[in-house]
Amino acid sequence: MGDPTLRVCALYPDLLNIYADRGNLLLLERRCAWRGIGFEVTSASLGDGLDPGAHDLFYIGGGQDRDQRLCAQDMVDTKRDALHAAADRGAVVLAVCGGYQLLGHAYELEDERIPGVGLVDLHTVREAGPRLIGNVAIELELPGIDGPRVLAGFENHAGRTHLGAGERPLGRVLRGHGNTGASAFEGVRRGNVIGTYLHGPLLPKNAWFADWLIATATGAAEALEPLDDRLEDAAHAGARRAAGV
Amino acid sequence: MTAALDAKVVAARAAGALSRATGRGGTSLPGKVLLRLEPHAIGRLGARLGRGSAVISATNGKTTTAAMAAGILERAGARLVHNRAGANMAGGIAATLLGAAGRRGTIAGDTGLFEVDEFWLGQVVADLRPRALLLANLSRDQLDRYGELDTIAERWAEVAESALDTRLVLNADDPTVADLGRHRDDALYFGVEDDGVALAEMQHAADAKHCRRCGAPYRYDAVYLGHLGHYHCDACGATRPAPAVAAERVVLDGVRGARFTLRTPAGTAEIALPLPGLYNVYNALGAAALALALGAGLDEVQAGLQAVSPAFGRAETLHIGGRDLSIMLIKNPAGANEVLRTLALEEGEHDVFAVLNDNVADGRDVSWVWDADFELLAGRVRRATCSGTRAAEMALRLKYAGVPAQRLVVEPSVGEGLDHALDAGQGPLFALPTYTAMLALRDVLVARGVAGSSFA
Repeated sequence: MGDPTLRVCALYPDLLNIYADRGNLLLLERRCAWRGIGFEVTSASLGDGLDPGAHDLFYIGGGQDRDQRLCAQDMVDTKRDALHAAADRGAVVLAVCGGYQLLGHAYELEDERIPGVGLVDLHTVREAGPRLIGNVAIELELPGIDGPRVLAGFENHAGRTHLGAGERPLGRVLRGHGNTGASAFEGVRRGNVIGTYLHGPLLPKNAWFADWLIATATGAAEALEPLDDRLEDAAHAGARRAAGV
Repeated sequence: MTAALDAKVVAARAAGALSRATGRGGTSLPGKVLLRLEPHAIGRLGARLGRGSAVISATNGKTTTAAMAAGILERAGARLVHNRAGANMAGGIAATLLGAAGRRGTIAGDTGLFEVDEFWLGQVVADLRPRALLLANLSRDQLDRYGELDTIAERWAEVAESALDTRLVLNADDPTVADLGRHRDDALYFGVEDDGVALAEMQHAADAKHCRRCGAPYRYDAVYLGHLGHYHCDACGATRPAPAVAAERVVLDGVRGARFTLRTPAGTAEIALPLPGLYNVYNALGAAALALALGAGLDEVQAGLQAVSPAFGRAETLHIGGRDLSIMLIKNPAGANEVLRTLALEEGEHDVFAVLNDNVADGRDVSWVWDADFELLAGRVRRATCSGTRAAEMALRLKYAGVPAQRLVVEPSVGEGLDHALDAGQGPLFALPTYTAMLALRDVLVARGVAGSSFA
């Protein structure tokens, strides 16, 4: 085997990018580069097919309602089977905000049902009530990482996401709203398929999580080489402070 | 009726005086009180203005554009009632009118000039019924406060469709804004006509990439900034309206200014604008078109634009500690990109003082700094001092943009950050504060006696 490379597929980066999703990709890119890990990013937008074996990590960001609707139908029509195949072989899928909503069965609006790809058993409903907006912090445990860790970010969503009985949330809400504003849980994780409402963007505020994704997606046998993360740690602390944790 | 309104004006003023005396409440508090006493105060006091009102809204450039329009209109003889300090929600506009209102139905002025927050536009226009409405640009901004761009665009479309007595002045180069004139044959369009200042490609944070009418992607023949440019839709044939007011032969002169030929239905004029960047050329075009729509002459337009001085924090330069301090507000990706692009026009390496706050007026969500193209500056930073409530995140953004970490300093306190930035560097210092950071910086500068003319 040659030098490791992280092969990322960004879904609809031209449409699902509203909360600075490129910051997430930038973290992955730089943190690979600083360690001598190769990094490739491929875009797949409307009408493009997906090769499930060609990528280690699929990224799906958030978008405006109109763009999310466009992408949802396209994802069901042209990418669903490939995403299932990729998830089945252990590829990482990271879906944030609007992308998270599309991971489940559907996003139900008042008079409309936006389809999802059904990678996880969840559905999202737009209920009466305010958007759930604000700084948020969650506590979570991940395979290969000792003890609980904290993710901090910002959430801004009208949909309430309900997990099926067999699904596990990504984490427990320390501060903020999370999936429904009432469930005390946030996000979903089934194996390497992860959905979350945390943007901000997520990875700049939680560089440790970017590293977990890199290690998981590339199947690294050994721990990643540590980097000088003083600024990353300070930004993480700032995001936690903003959330009150 | 008038006497009743006069009584409410007096009561609201008293409330304002009381709040000032007790140190509570902002400049718009008496306006809020007045609106509670008289919900249509904006319309009723505005009706006293003999020559009517003009309203300006945009994501970026409202305050500067209004300052430019004020300079022109005053030269044309208008006596303005203008929310110059930038309090641009309903309370601020009511407070401005309140400040000018006299007894027995009088008001100290004949023309209203109001910049209005994007979100409050519908309410203010419905009440004020302005003679002219300038809509200059619309891009993503403080999503936690304003919500989606499409939501604002729809609200604006309702305003455009209902305000039939109001002359629309629209930016032809912003497809979302230009489309607001679709059903109006009297819209006055302005735009840039100079491929020499076009960008090589669409910037990342560009919004409105898809046709407002049919949803197909726009095709751009030229991109000037953000999603502003020359566009058309192959699918439905929608196209950029030809602007009646245009900037041609644009020359950008670093952070000092810009020059262009202003073409209008009233003739052409050479403009030497003392504010920098293509974004200020757009501001000048909008102000010129608005003033022309209100009856100003081309000579007044030219003189007004050439005499404009920067609003505080909008490319204002102060002298402190033997150095020039240029302050350029950044608050959303499109606006920040233009500031960064303008800075990149300057030769050599720069000392930067970046202040990122996450207070409500800044937007609690600081995601946007990852949407702004700090990469434009990455190879050009000698040292960046980062301050504010989210100082570390600002530094991190610069690190991932490509600024070496050893050139980055985190000092959350604005005062100490400024000291550090001044002491450690040389040449001009470029401050890039968010909105409340700019106010904090102003306080620091006032306390040190380095007062700029615009906030004396």
